[in-house]
Amino acid sequence: MPTQLPADAPPGPPRVSPLYDPRFRGAAYQILLLVAVGGVAWIAIGNAAENLRNARVASGFGFLNNTAGFDVNQTVIPFAAATSTYGTAFLVGLTNTLMVAAIGIVLATLLGFVVGVARLSPNWIVRTLATVYVEVLRNIPLLLQLLFWYVAVLASLPGARDSYALGTSVFLNQRGLYLPKPLLAADAWALPIALVLGIVGTLVFRAHAKREQARTGRRLPVPAVGLALILGLPLLTYGVLALMGIAPVALDYPVKGTFNLRGGMQLYPEFVALVLGLTVYTAAFIAEVVRAGIQAVNKGQTEAARALGLQPGPTMRLVVIPQAMRVIVPPLTSQFLNLTKNSSLAVAIGYPDLVQVFMGTVLNQTGQAVEVVAITMAVYLTISLVTAFAMNLYNRRVALIER
Amino acid sequence: MTAGPMTAGAQPLTFVRREAVPAAPPPSLVAGPLAWLRQNLFSSPANAAMTLAALAVIALVVPPLLRFLVIDAVWTGENRDACRPEVIGRPVGACWAFVANKINYFIYGSYPIEERWRPNVFFVLMAFGVGWMLWLDAPKRAWGALYFFVVFPVLSYGLLAGVPVLGLPSVPTSLWGGMLVTLLVSLVGIVASLPLGILLALGRRSRLPIVRLFCVIFIEFWRGVPLITVLFMANVMLPLFLPGDVTVDRLVRPLVGIALFSAAYMAEVVRGGLQAIPRGQTEGAMSLGLSPWHRMRLIILPQALRIVIPGIVNSFIALFKDTSLVSIVGIFDFIRTIESARVDPAWAAPTVVMTGYAFAALFYFVFCFGMSRYARFMERRLAAGQTR
Repeated sequence: MPTQLPADAPPGPPRVSPLYDPRFRGAAYQILLLVAVGGVAWIAIGNAAENLRNARVASGFGFLNNTAGFDVNQTVIPFAAATSTYGTAFLVGLTNTLMVAAIGIVLATLLGFVVGVARLSPNWIVRTLATVYVEVLRNIPLLLQLLFWYVAVLASLPGARDSYALGTSVFLNQRGLYLPKPLLAADAWALPIALVLGIVGTLVFRAHAKREQARTGRRLPVPAVGLALILGLPLLTYGVLALMGIAPVALDYPVKGTFNLRGGMQLYPEFVALVLGLTVYTAAFIAEVVRAGIQAVNKGQTEAARALGLQPGPTMRLVVIPQAMRVIVPPLTSQFLNLTKNSSLAVAIGYPDLVQVFMGTVLNQTGQAVEVVAITMAVYLTISLVTAFAMNLYNRRVALIER
Repeated sequence: MTAGPMTAGAQPLTFVRREAVPAAPPPSLVAGPLAWLRQNLFSSPANAAMTLAALAVIALVVPPLLRFLVIDAVWTGENRDACRPEVIGRPVGACWAFVANKINYFIYGSYPIEERWRPNVFFVLMAFGVGWMLWLDAPKRAWGALYFFVVFPVLSYGLLAGVPVLGLPSVPTSLWGGMLVTLLVSLVGIVASLPLGILLALGRRSRLPIVRLFCVIFIEFWRGVPLITVLFMANVMLPLFLPGDVTVDRLVRPLVGIALFSAAYMAEVVRGGLQAIPRGQTEGAMSLGLSPWHRMRLIILPQALRIVIPGIVNSFIALFKDTSLVSIVGIFDFIRTIESARVDPAWAAPTVVMTGYAFAALFYFVFCFGMSRYARFMERRLAAGQTR
């Protein structure tokens, strides 16, 4: 039976008082919010401008061109107290942050995958050990762990005179870890080129092997060829260069002096503590991500692979891991981001990262709080947003396509 | 078939066993501890190698740790002499006498000694409120929420800061310290961030584009920056944004930063819960004629908040650990009291630093591990309805 409108109903939508019209209400709420937020921002900015005027603090980003006048003891890019600007100091902090983050991410991923797989091991002792590792390290603040590594472990090492020595060229003492420093000879440019060629060759061969397998079912020895290319090409180049009478790589060994070690590559204790702490802490979280990812793969997948006659190794590599990666990668990226953000705790142990150099020293010297805070936060926000964007792209690529 | 014995001839059988042979024990390689060892720890050469490596790690870590924490530890003493190996003539492990001596400082900071009953009452009030909130079958949980989110914060502020009118002398926040401040900061974080986080989560799911945009920007901004920069910002910029004659208490500045920061994380947790509620719930509530406000308050939020309890507890664990960062901006939290106590010349002994850190680690571990167990328990309990 078709419903019939009452005869006296006006055509069109029913008329309601604007007070009860959802569209009107929505617009009103939004305008209210805009006015409130805008008002608060207006007042805050006005106050800030007045306070800064009263404190005689300059405004604008001109200070980035002023000479810094302070020294930074660990830099990736050259920095000199007398001539370098605040802008360079910012870059020094940024590169230090990025370097610690990059090294930490690589190490934490390696350790995290090992611990995560160990947590699912059929071996009771290994499993328990991994569980204890994860539970203990996840539940203790990173700051405390950093202080532990820096103050309790590294500072209690012996002085330079009684350094712990590993062999004749690796030393560990209060002032850090000393390693031989590889020096690339000026005319040995062929060596890095050989390495790059090896990597490119491996990638090309892998693509070829994939096509070949799809076409004929024949599998080509990718790992062996890759290893031969990546290691063999540079070695061959090295040999040829050596035959030509050029020593392509010289090692600068640290030498024990009376009071200090000279030469070599010195890793400062702040750096060692920061990398160690970040790695060990983040690895516990990555281990949980990896465990959850592997467990998320249906057991039927393993069983089906075994039924097809795949060995446990290939089952893991070809069936479980590719499916687990879809679950693992998004939270893994957020752990990488966390590690990058956590590297700002460097300020607690005095490693010159972005926060310590820029938000600490530069802010104190210039007093330009608004600009410095804005720049620092913008850097971290950019890193976060770029990663989130990349993650969305990845998710779209690997998302399960359902019916 | 031919019957076997018959073909042997007519000779009578001379031996017939009359009782059963006693059962042989199962082969030791199939059952029992040895078999367990074989199956679990030494099933293959690789597995055996892993077992040995793990045992080596345990042997390397556990005995020195035990020796340090228990066997060689010093339990009583009045000053550094108790913990100096050259004075007591034996190797010294953890100097627990140091912790025992400083324990009041670690708990209350510099809170005046005669007023320390006030933090004690605060701890009891807090335990009461937390228990009420976390115990799901507790009576009158709505009143519990009111107590925890309104009454308790007001009461504790009056109690700790002092109300001279009522005879409670005021205690400046610069004297507060230790675990008191650590717990206080995390509590303010949770009490402020939960309501704010719910609002932000609702805003992010709103139909109104400007509200949604505002909430997305707010949430993503705080989630994108490290907490330490937020604390620095609160420290230097909060006084800037207020009129020149208004001063902000040094303890309040990081509290504002932490509240905003954790609200953003809380909003994402709550949003997860809101998204998990099937649309049918809203539609059912609509067909019953409930207004949007009632739909949210009576139907959606109670279910959503219930399923995000584990998430809330987990983000509280993160918040609790993160509160240690306030020590970097000069607040005397637990970590800061450890840091300042360890350089006390009266307790200058080689193992004091390690002892302080071990004690702090134990404190954080007990709290965080306990909370994570609670979250795990809640997850299982909430999943109980779904398992068939």
